[in-house]
Amino acid sequence: MSNRRAPFPLSIYYFSIIAFLYLPIAVLFLFSININTTFSFPLKGITFDWYQKLFQADAVLRAARNSLIVASGSSFAATLLGTMVSILMMRYQFRSKNLLLALAALPLIVPYVVLGVALLLLFSVFHVDRSLLTVGVAHTVIALPYTLLIIASRLAGFDASIEEAAMDLGADYPTTLRRVVLPLIFPAMVSAWLTAFTVSFDEFALALFLAGTQPTFPVYLFSQLRFANRLPIMIALAVLLMIGTLALVFLAERFRRRET
Amino acid sequence: MGRGKGGSVTVPTPTPALSLFRRKKGEGDQRSGGGLDRRSTFWILYLPPLIWLGLFFLIPILLMAAFSFRADTYGALFGHWNIGLNQYATVVETGSYWRLLGVSSLMALMISISAVVLSYPLSYFLAFHAGKRAGLYLVLLLVPFWTSYLLRVMAWKIMLGTDGVINSLLLYVGIIKEPLEALLYNRNAVILTLIYVWIPFAALPILAALQRIEWTLFEAAADLGARPYHQFMRITLPLSLPGVFAAFFMVFIPTIGEYVTPLLVGGSRGFMYGNIIQDFFTKAANWPLGSALSMIMLAATLILVLIATRLIKLEDLLQ
Repeated sequence: MSNRRAPFPLSIYYFSIIAFLYLPIAVLFLFSININTTFSFPLKGITFDWYQKLFQADAVLRAARNSLIVASGSSFAATLLGTMVSILMMRYQFRSKNLLLALAALPLIVPYVVLGVALLLLFSVFHVDRSLLTVGVAHTVIALPYTLLIIASRLAGFDASIEEAAMDLGADYPTTLRRVVLPLIFPAMVSAWLTAFTVSFDEFALALFLAGTQPTFPVYLFSQLRFANRLPIMIALAVLLMIGTLALVFLAERFRRRET
Repeated sequence: MGRGKGGSVTVPTPTPALSLFRRKKGEGDQRSGGGLDRRSTFWILYLPPLIWLGLFFLIPILLMAAFSFRADTYGALFGHWNIGLNQYATVVETGSYWRLLGVSSLMALMISISAVVLSYPLSYFLAFHAGKRAGLYLVLLLVPFWTSYLLRVMAWKIMLGTDGVINSLLLYVGIIKEPLEALLYNRNAVILTLIYVWIPFAALPILAALQRIEWTLFEAAADLGARPYHQFMRITLPLSLPGVFAAFFMVFIPTIGEYVTPLLVGGSRGFMYGNIIQDFFTKAANWPLGSALSMIMLAATLILVLIATRLIKLEDLLQ
């Protein structure tokens, strides 16, 4: 059909938008290898000094390490809870099912600023000092809808009769879960874990309220913004982390799409 | 002896009907045993998420709701407090809060409409004209979206600043003599940045809706003599509307609660409603008033979601 052929302007439009989307990211990258601490034309020259200085900047590295700890912990908890809720959702019928599902999905809708101040209120009322733990708890809540969706769609993808077969052969239900269900949804669990990890690692809106004296990387980055001369180092680390996050996302996509 | 062996089975099974019955019964017994497993497994699966979400999601929000009815800001957080509606009265009386909520909604509306309009052709291109390379092009579109949100916002700060990329480029080329101050720290900067952030995200539900349209519809329309323009207006656009609505709400709902982007590129002139909530919980330290403002924001968001779920079937999006 002739009218289905790519109209010239449409592909032009597509790639101009793509260029527009990549432009600021390219600017960030250039900024991290720029000699000056401000980004002004003409560029004076390129340097990898910022990347070198980065590995001597203790506070920056500590913030990055804090983020790593929070992201690993919260993504592990979110995957565990997400797996539990998905099994309940796809394999059980019970009265409070809709309530539990609504509760698990709502963090997707509630504005982060509202959830952030609500958790701040909770921790203050019960005299819990703000720390990496409080940030991690918040990140588990917001990552749960993602892990739930990824694992539940995997569970929907295979027939429950496989489990019935295992139970007819004499396996009790916990054994069936461990030996049959978990291996089948394992790729989805890995994908969920990676997704939750990236959600937490980049999260700023909640962490700003809950981090206290141990900043995660985004919070630290924000606090350093007013010192112009430190900005290139921060951007250099951010570029490295960005590459790491992208690698994780690609990995998560591969696991999500993997068929048995 | 063979008979004797048979006899050692306590109840002989002479007829097929009976054996069927017994098998069924045996299976039933096993099932009920399995049922007990299932029931205890249920509680193991049910309690941890329920307790976690109760403690760290439901209770904080209920606590905030309770706090918004606290009349004063004195005394211990957990101590005795007077109950009253005066925080809400303050909100109602203070016109600037409502104005800011109105402005934030308007900004969110502009941002989500722009993001949807800009990304519709992207999805259309991917769905109908990208051919074999559609997968690759889609990844190309999504990489910026997978990039750190904070970084993308910061990139715009570097782009728009007084000594930023755009200003220094314009100065270098000689179009302007003085750096433009009007680029950063206002509402336009927030709107531009957020449209930029949401474009790839808005394209996804529209693409999903376009891909579900049956090819035969286009063929039938072409056979009946419909021109491409009419095909688009009568088939493509109406059938992609669920995706368009989904994209709109998926952008609008998080945008109306935004406070980070205004903080970075908006400055005090680009503040949104979320920023006053943040202020009351940090600098101003008036938590009851901040709670009341949060509850209003939460109610507004939930009403929006209810409207959205009326317009779109959620199952359509999960495919």
